[in-house]
Amino acid sequence: MRWDAETSWLVAGTFVLLVAASACCAALRRRCGDRPNPALDNLVARTRAWWVMAFVFLFNLAVGHWGVTLMFCLVSFMALREFVTLNPTKRGDHRTLFWVFFIITPLQYALVGIRWYGLFQILIPVYAFVLIPIRSVLTGDTDQFLERNAKIQWGLLVCVYFVSHIPMLLVLQIPGYEGENAKLLFFFVAVVQISDVLQYVFGKLMGRRKIAPGVSPNKTLEGFVLGVLAASATGAALWWATPFSPGQAFVMALVITVMGFAGGLVMSAIKRDLGVKDWGHAISGHGGFMDRIDSLCFAAPVFFHLTVFYFGAGTDGLEPGWVRGILAPF
Amino acid sequence: MKGPGARLVAAAIRLLSGVRVAWHEALELDGRPRIFFANHMSHLDFIVIWSALPKPVRESTRPVAAKDYWERGRLRRCLSEKVFQAALVDRGRATRTANPIDELETLITGDRSSIILFPEGTRGSGDEISPFKSGLYHLARRLPATPLVPVYLENLNRILPKGEVLPIPLLSRCLFGAPTRLGAGETRAAFLERARRSVLALRDGEPGGPGSTGDDPQR
Repeated sequence: MRWDAETSWLVAGTFVLLVAASACCAALRRRCGDRPNPALDNLVARTRAWWVMAFVFLFNLAVGHWGVTLMFCLVSFMALREFVTLNPTKRGDHRTLFWVFFIITPLQYALVGIRWYGLFQILIPVYAFVLIPIRSVLTGDTDQFLERNAKIQWGLLVCVYFVSHIPMLLVLQIPGYEGENAKLLFFFVAVVQISDVLQYVFGKLMGRRKIAPGVSPNKTLEGFVLGVLAASATGAALWWATPFSPGQAFVMALVITVMGFAGGLVMSAIKRDLGVKDWGHAISGHGGFMDRIDSLCFAAPVFFHLTVFYFGAGTDGLEPGWVRGILAPF
Repeated sequence: MKGPGARLVAAAIRLLSGVRVAWHEALELDGRPRIFFANHMSHLDFIVIWSALPKPVRESTRPVAAKDYWERGRLRRCLSEKVFQAALVDRGRATRTANPIDELETLITGDRSSIILFPEGTRGSGDEISPFKSGLYHLARRLPATPLVPVYLENLNRILPKGEVLPIPLLSRCLFGAPTRLGAGETRAAFLERARRSVLALRDGEPGGPGSTGDDPQR
């Protein structure tokens, strides 16, 4: 990875945003005085958590490929932990879940680490999806068999497979953009997260009509439209950091923000069905890991494959040379 | 376990079991002995309660475990004696040489230790809480000044169920309820049922208690 002037601008921009957010919090606090205000407390907690998340994210981005891979591996692990905790599994799923947590998840990220795109793409949808029901059927418990396996497979798909496409962005080979993929990853994460924040802000300020009252009562039409448009404009304004033209950057940002909204809505539907507000309590003010990454989950694979498709990019898909060396005698 | 290592071990256990700890507002924890009684469903139960306790209480708290189970095999004996400093009691009435209630009473009045008791007697599936055995009642009668603290553990049966060796990393909860005592003239059956219900009430989020804030992951 190369640290160039553009990277410095992106990092500087992030800090300007965070400082502005903290300044807003301080101003609001002064205005409210000592009166207790849970909404403001939540805003302050959220902003504080943003500082930490931005630091961790940028630090790992600076460390490079393995840093980013390890970070998203942990994020996937924590999100899956929340997902399985809230979705009742049975005694018969114990050993299947052991495989899912301790073998399949690390293996998926190991493939990102060694840049083996071919196996990365099929490890979960083929091998893990075959393994999971086989391991479960060996326990002999047939009660709600399909439902139990579907839940585990779905959790693995959303929390691990989809999310692992984010660090895989660093492996893409885009002609004329070699060594600059960290900025593409930054673009993706920043646009989706800024869209989340802007949808929240616009929704709070001028939200009138509920967009999905049955699923997520806090989401409004105004928040969605204005948030998505503003985030897409931000994406277009960041075109210089990406391999896209300004127009392409706008369309890409529009696609991932809409996908982010849809992902958040789907995960909200699951939470609502389970009767909970948040997936967990790990990130103060935000809820759990899953609450923070729900919008990234669905956007990541779409962004990844659109980039591959339109920009002639790709990976060779083959196993790394040293793996070929090991396999050669067989 | 004591010393600087214990603090680290406790933090590691809290991290690995993903435990969220909540306390009843009426519960004070100082150095005085207490009897914690909890639902039992996993080998992790004691270590999670132990790791959730504040340091001064943790250092003087010992679990009560079954002698027939924990003295079998070198590993179990080492764990129960050296690591957890468990008070091992004889479950079999016929083989008993000493009354376990006497031993526990000495532990509390003599050593000033707190104890962790699982009055169900054995690990359950985690779905139900079985009727309590009478040991808790006998202790409550002999030690009327010692507060009895109900503890509800959640999800540990999924993290490490009975019969499994390897845990899976789910999130759990450990809720400490309001201390209680044996009522004047309360019968054995009534007391044991009330104690059992105080643990169940924690699960269901009793008003004013821990986990009643409405944002609980499970209910």
